[in-house]
Amino acid sequence: MKISREDVVRVAELAYLELSEAELEMYRAQIDEILEYIGKLNKLDTSNVEPMAQVLADDQSADATLREDVEVACEVGPEVLRGAPDTDGIYFRVPKVIER
Amino acid sequence: MEFVVIGLTPVAVEAGPLHRQEIMTQWTIDGVREALAARKISARELAGEFYARIAERNPALNAYLTLSQERAFAKADEIDAAVADEEMLPALAGVPIAIKDVISTRGVRTTCGSKILENYVPPFDATAVARLEAAGAVILGKTNCDEFAMGSSNENSAYGPVKNPASCDRVPGGSSGGSAAAVAAGLAVASLGTDTGGSIRQPGSFCGIPAMMGSYGRVSRYGLIAFASSLDRIGPFATSVKDVAIVLEVIAGRDPLDATSATAAVPHYAEQAAKSVRGLRVGIPREYFGAGMDAEVRKKIEAGIEIFRGLGCELVDVRMPHTDYAIATYYIIATAEASSNLARYDGVRYGLRAKGDSLLAMYKNTRGAGFGAEVKRRIVLGTYVLSAGYYDAYYIKGQKVRALIAKDFRDAFLKVDALLTPTSPVPPFKLGERTADPLQMYLADIYTVTGSLAGVPGISVPCGKVDGRLPVGLQIFGPAFGEGPVLQLAHAFEQAGGASL
Repeated sequence: MKISREDVVRVAELAYLELSEAELEMYRAQIDEILEYIGKLNKLDTSNVEPMAQVLADDQSADATLREDVEVACEVGPEVLRGAPDTDGIYFRVPKVIER
Repeated sequence: MEFVVIGLTPVAVEAGPLHRQEIMTQWTIDGVREALAARKISARELAGEFYARIAERNPALNAYLTLSQERAFAKADEIDAAVADEEMLPALAGVPIAIKDVISTRGVRTTCGSKILENYVPPFDATAVARLEAAGAVILGKTNCDEFAMGSSNENSAYGPVKNPASCDRVPGGSSGGSAAAVAAGLAVASLGTDTGGSIRQPGSFCGIPAMMGSYGRVSRYGLIAFASSLDRIGPFATSVKDVAIVLEVIAGRDPLDATSATAAVPHYAEQAAKSVRGLRVGIPREYFGAGMDAEVRKKIEAGIEIFRGLGCELVDVRMPHTDYAIATYYIIATAEASSNLARYDGVRYGLRAKGDSLLAMYKNTRGAGFGAEVKRRIVLGTYVLSAGYYDAYYIKGQKVRALIAKDFRDAFLKVDALLTPTSPVPPFKLGERTADPLQMYLADIYTVTGSLAGVPGISVPCGKVDGRLPVGLQIFGPAFGEGPVLQLAHAFEQAGGASL
């Protein structure tokens, strides 16, 4: 068994997901099977391989994809606020944070 | 039964009161522009015809989630005015197009197939959508998809599955099932889908239409609601390779709003597609032709490969030794990136907000209520592989194997101009057939995720039907920014009768 119920509880907490007991067990079992499958990557020797952090090749030069940090007015503010669950007209309003 | 000709093969259409004609006209991009220029039909009438078809057939297919008539008719009227003024018509003038519901459309509800965005209306257009409209396209509406593009069958949508127009007890593929079904059923002339691990190519294969993803960075992701940022791509479905090429050309190209969009120039893809393929070297990677493939699919694909021999291509045996590790790699990287990208759905600024006594309770209740099972599963897995103690063993390992897979492609393209593979190991499966076991569903992507990880372009073209009914797709991969040769080979294959094998 690669992943325990406690692992899933811990991870769900990190991901702000509320999971029922049934969900916890279902995901635990399914993810266990998937992690078992993923284990095949350990057959490969990757000690001399760099992680592929970027997809675009070197000739898509990083310089070409950077821009000047210039402020541009946002004209859709009112539209955004209209679509929000709760605002005071300027800020998004949310329940109080309560110390854990 | 009525028949609609899709590609070179008639496809049965459920009988019903048909609008205006007994047999549905299959429109192409050229056909629309010619008919408009010749004043045989107006853009408004054409949009109206498509909405009538949608009203009739969409209830059974569930391809569309939202229709944007106001926007569509406004654009149609603009085009009709241009026709009346005898102006030059833009590349997609009056062409009815559907947009997958993970792509932002200003003022038009965009759900991502999820309850968490059930009433979300974007305040901006995705660049790809803006470019289509600037080229005259008439945006008909938003198509159904697996939730947040996570799935291979469109059975993970919170709004019900999509049915495959080729056979209504079968899945259309996923995650862009709605976009594929809409085009295959004559409910749009073309559509946009997205591809992260196969979500354009596989539905194209399952629904029997050409479907392409350009290289990573070919099309701007601005406005594409993110699933996996190093894998996501927007791409077209259409009824012909030429139309796929035209749409790709319209949406492709550098966008300052997407730092990962490539600076590579956009060639005239439709022109390139028409070039002869004689002398092109096509690689057959041995690893894609092993035990996992259905026997009937194999027969169609092998017959398809023979067509390329007949066209004067040189067939070359190639090895891509890390192919078997692609699914494992993909489900580490994609889920990790998804867990990060979906953190924003917290009920604060948009979308669903569930009640909670505290901010934390609000987050948890919102996400618990709003996300479906597959999304939750991937968030949990993705968070796990990124968490302290596991990051090196899973995520970094995955990125290293990804580098090896990308190198397999670069090495192959030193010897060949393109690669031929099946798109899917199986013909379209039945609804419910793979939903019990997530890993079984993931393994449906074995031939497509490789190219996703490597960043290369890929197309699926129709390659016959099993039992005369269940579409098979042939996949063609090209080198990064080698969309030209991919389209060339696909077009030649289509013209040589590949769809009727």
